[in-house]
Parts: sequence; C-alpha cells; structure tokens
Amino acid sequence: MDFFIAILASAVRSGTPILFATLGEVVAERAGVMNLGLEGVMLVGAYAGFAATKATGNPWIGIAAAFTAGVAVTLIHAFLSITLMCNQTVSGLALVLTGYGLSALLGRNTIGQTIDGLKPLAFPLLCKIPFIGPVFFQHNAMVYISYALVAFLCWFLFRTRAGLNLRAVGENPRAADAMGLNVIGLRYFYCLLGGGLAGVGGGYLSIVYAQMWIEGMTSGRGWIAAGLVIFGLWNPARAALGAYLFGGVEAFQLRLQAMGSSISASLLLTLPYLMTIIVLTAVAIRAGKGVLLGAPASLTVPFRREDRD
Amino acid sequence: MIKFKLEPRLEIPVWMNVVIPVAAVVFGLFIGGILFACLGVNPFKAYAAVIEGALGSTFGLGEIIIKAIPLTLTALAGLICYRMLIWNIGAEGQLCMGALATAAVVRYFFVDNCFVMFVIMFAAAAIAGGLWGGVTGFLKSKWGVNETITTLMLNYVAINICEHFIYGPWKDPSSMGFPFTPNFPDAARLWVLNGTKIHAGIFIALGVAIVFQVLLKRSKWGYEIRVIGENPRAARYAGINIAKNILLVTFIGGAVGGLAGMSEVAGLLGRMNGGFSMGYGYTGIIVAWLARLSPIYVPLVAFLMGILLVGGDTLQVAMGLPLASINILQGLILCSVLGAETLSRYRLRVIHRSAKGETA
Repeated sequence: MDFFIAILASAVRSGTPILFATLGEVVAERAGVMNLGLEGVMLVGAYAGFAATKATGNPWIGIAAAFTAGVAVTLIHAFLSITLMCNQTVSGLALVLTGYGLSALLGRNTIGQTIDGLKPLAFPLLCKIPFIGPVFFQHNAMVYISYALVAFLCWFLFRTRAGLNLRAVGENPRAADAMGLNVIGLRYFYCLLGGGLAGVGGGYLSIVYAQMWIEGMTSGRGWIAAGLVIFGLWNPARAALGAYLFGGVEAFQLRLQAMGSSISASLLLTLPYLMTIIVLTAVAIRAGKGVLLGAPASLTVPFRREDRD
Repeated sequence: MIKFKLEPRLEIPVWMNVVIPVAAVVFGLFIGGILFACLGVNPFKAYAAVIEGALGSTFGLGEIIIKAIPLTLTALAGLICYRMLIWNIGAEGQLCMGALATAAVVRYFFVDNCFVMFVIMFAAAAIAGGLWGGVTGFLKSKWGVNETITTLMLNYVAINICEHFIYGPWKDPSSMGFPFTPNFPDAARLWVLNGTKIHAGIFIALGVAIVFQVLLKRSKWGYEIRVIGENPRAARYAGINIAKNILLVTFIGGAVGGLAGMSEVAGLLGRMNGGFSMGYGYTGIIVAWLARLSPIYVPLVAFLMGILLVGGDTLQVAMGLPLASINILQGLILCSVLGAETLSRYRLRVIHRSAKGETA
C-alpha cells in the first residue's frame, strides 16, 4: 500500500510540469493556434525561473519570470502564425530550436549550481485524509495551484461567455468575426497565455523539481505535453489525467531503476515515449469509431479578414 | 493613423524566389547577432570565428562536407513527406535505427568482402529506417494518428535503444568504460577520399537527391504526391490512394534517414559511439525548408548549413560557448525564412488614415 501511495504521489509531482504546459496548449489550440514549440518555451521558462530565483532568493519571483519568459518567446510564434499566417508546424519547430539554443547560451555559466527552490507544503486539513491526503495534498503550492487551474479552466472554457468566445475563435473565426469579436487579438492573447503557462511548467522543473539548471532539462516533456492535448481531447480535466499518467510512468521507471532492476535504464526511459504513441493511437481508434474527437475546427488555419472561403 | 495590410500577390516575380530567401537568411543572422550581443557574446567575433573555422582551411571545408552528407539525407527524408503534407520530423530516430542496423549486421553477419558488405549494410539500414518511419505512416493512414508527435516520440525511443546497445551489450571491451562499439573491420567501411574524412556517403546523398528530383518532377507517382500535397480534395476525387501513398512516403523517407545513419557509422566514424547523431535529423528539417522542398537544392543548402555547424564547433572550442548556441541561429533563420515566404506571397500595403477614418 505504501509503495502504491508513493508511486501515485510522485506521479502527481512529476506530472505537474507537463500539466502546466498541457493546459497552456489546450487554451492556445482551443483558440486555433497550435504551438509545437512547447519544448523550447519550457526550456526558456526553466532557465528564467532558475535565474530569477537565484538572483532574488524568492521562488515566486522565479515562477513569475518563467511565465514572462514563456510569453516573450511565444511572441515569435504568435507573430509568425497569426499575423504572417505561416505554417504552424514549422514555426513551432523553429521555436524549439530557438528556445533550446537561447536557454543553453543563457545558462552556460550556471550549469550545476543549485538554488533554494519552493519548499514542500502540506495542504492544511486535506493532507490528513487517508490515501487522498498523501497522494494529492502533501506536495507544494504549485501543485495546488495546478489543481485550481484545471478547475478554473474547465469552468472558464465551458461555462462563461469569454470561454465561448475563445472557442468560437478556434472553431469558426469567420462567424466569431461577424459577431464582432477581435479574432486576431484573442488568438494573440490565448496563444501567449499558453506560452506563459508552458514557461511556468519549465519553471516548475528548475525551481521545484530539480532546483538547478541543466541544459535541455525538459528532455521531451514539451513534446509529450503537445501529445497530451490530443489525448485529453482539448479538455483540461482529461489533460490532467494524461499528465499524471505520464508522471506515473516516469515515477515507476525511476523506482524500478532504484530497485536495481535488470532492465537497462535506457530501455526503461523509452516507456513514457512509447506510452504517448500507444495512448494517441487508442484515442485515434476510438475517434474512428464515431467518438467525437473535439479538435477545434479551425486549428492551424490562419485567419485573414479579407479571405472568403 | 497608419495601418498595415497584407494583400495577396497575383503573380510572384521570379527574382523574389532568390532574393527573398537570401535576404531572410541574412536577416536571421542579423537578429542572431543582436541576440548574441545582448547575451554578452561579441557577434563580430562569433561570426568571424564561424567563417574562419569553416572556410579558413581545407580541413574546415572537409568538415563542412562530412556534415553536409547526413544533412542532405535527413533533409531528403523529411522533404518527400512534407511534399505530401505529412509532418514527419522523425529523421533523427530513423538515422539512429539505420546506424543501429548497420552496426548489427557488421557484428552478426560480417562478410569479408567490401562490396557484399556494402550491399548488406545498405539494405539493413534502409529497411530499419524505413520500418521505423513506416510505423508512423501505418498509424497515420489507418487511424489518423498525429504523425508529428509519433515521429518525435520514436526519436526518443530510437536514441535510447541505441544508447542501450552502445553502453551495454555492444560496448567495446577494450574501451575502458567509454561508450562505443569496437571498430568496424575494413570491409565494412565505406570508401574514403585519401587524406580527408570525406566518404562514399556523398554519392549516396547526391544520388538520392537526383532520384527524388526526377521522381517528383517526372514520374506519375511524383505527380500523385504533389497533387495530394497541394490539393487533397482533388486527389481524392481523382481516385488517388492517399493511405497507400502515406505508407509509401513514410517508408521511403525513413529508408533515406536510415541511410544517413549508415553513412555516418560506416563512412565517417567506423563504429557507433554515444551521441553520434548530433541532431542532424532536426537540422535536416530546416535544410528541407530552406531548399523550398526542392530535392535538387538540398545538397547546396546542406553545404551552407554545414558552414554554420562547423562554425558552431569553432564557437564551442574558441569561445567556450555551448554547442547548442548555434541552434539559436538555426531557429531564427528558419523563422525569418518562414516569415519571408508570406511576404513573397502577399504584398504589404500601408494605408494612411486620418482620425475620421477617411482614406487619405
């Protein structure tokens, strides 16, 4: 039982950075902009968070810096894909390269230095509940914020006027435009917000998880997040489920290594990636059987007011 | 008040096809220079080091060519898929699997004849890479699984599988703990130009470029691919089998990626070692894009990108910058080429408007 609780608790802990990035991408894709550059955005966020925490000693300033840095690099993608109507796949890729290089260059002199990151914090009262307490409520403040964010986004996307507008911009920008919505402006806003959240996901890695900066420390988590958006059918709650599933695979893999399993570490490391493929395939097969996939209808389709289709 | 508006061009002037990409690359390097300056790196010194290191000697020239070989192949691996709007970014993994298959046949099916061995290695690498790419094509054509994500995930899987063998069962017992396989016997090495590291992979790379150019421009199959890429709906009406073609391009693309792996281990390195791929799969995507998805330009663009990569090595050695800093330049160049494409398709119009909203 203890083993089980430990695995689930570390699933939540290692799933959280992926969760932030996934939630950001859900918001951006719901507005019709696909940002495949999450990996690069997370890295820049991770470095910015590390550097700001190191400079100020305050991890919350670090988190804010990670958010800001995420927004700043995503601006490149937003400009290319929204204003210049470029291919979003290629633009996202360019963002990965730029973000990777930028963070590596920025962090060249601080590799391996540690910081005092966010302290663990048990959630009052709730942490005492058997099973649920140790699994969900004995982590740190960022984990609790991510729970709140999931709940908020579920409410915002599906229960508010602003959420409806956001979805309208991603489903049918022409109709949204006719309703008097500023399609370009909303797409910019949500794309950048998504980038900011991905930055926070990166910041979580450096400030809370590793408490140091390592070049390329996201090791594919940004890409996994992009896959999880599809797995989560563009729904924040399902995205959370996916993120914890992956956190779980990662935690399981680490634990097997620690127990001295005879399977080599490299082969165990392939598990999360193989899992993504299997999960995506399962979702696609179900979609083929008539389950509504829910991809925004105008995802990756640029909007130009003067075009008629 | 001044407003900017993008209007589609009816006709794209011919000179623009040359001037715009070149201007875009220059612009990307310019922004990169500014960024370097902001990060406390003297951009003039950095670019001078890049040019000096890459073009300052025949050694540098050779280095460029041996980087251009895998880049050409990985770019072509992606290009054939992009022409059909299949976003295969898995050349990195296909390269790894090709290299792994090459090392495997050298280890288990070695024949002491360089011609026979070449055929075996060529086939093994092409099949391994092809299957690795084909998995994605199968999932895509059968169930519509997003190929960008699957190819990328398979990259990580392939890299880890390679590491498993290099660090584990295939490690050279006399390597004193370093992660590499024993050196390949001479019969399993590709031909190498005397006194340089330039190897026969160059012929494979140029050969594939020419074959692809002819296929795409002159064959019925190439025509089908272009139709699917430019107008999938028309392709469906014309009765073109899209699912079959997806499988085919991902397999062929994968096979070419696999050949890149073979030419690296059998041509350049003569063994497989840790981190042998250097991200050629990803850089290849940029090369394909800069060549405007035209196979015949790929070797040239790969050569130019090779300058940047060799320069990156110099940056690392001479200025102590991380190797990844060259990624900034690659990313910015790609961004700027991408943006410039829009500017060649659209005209930027400046509209002057008075406060009352009348057009002045």
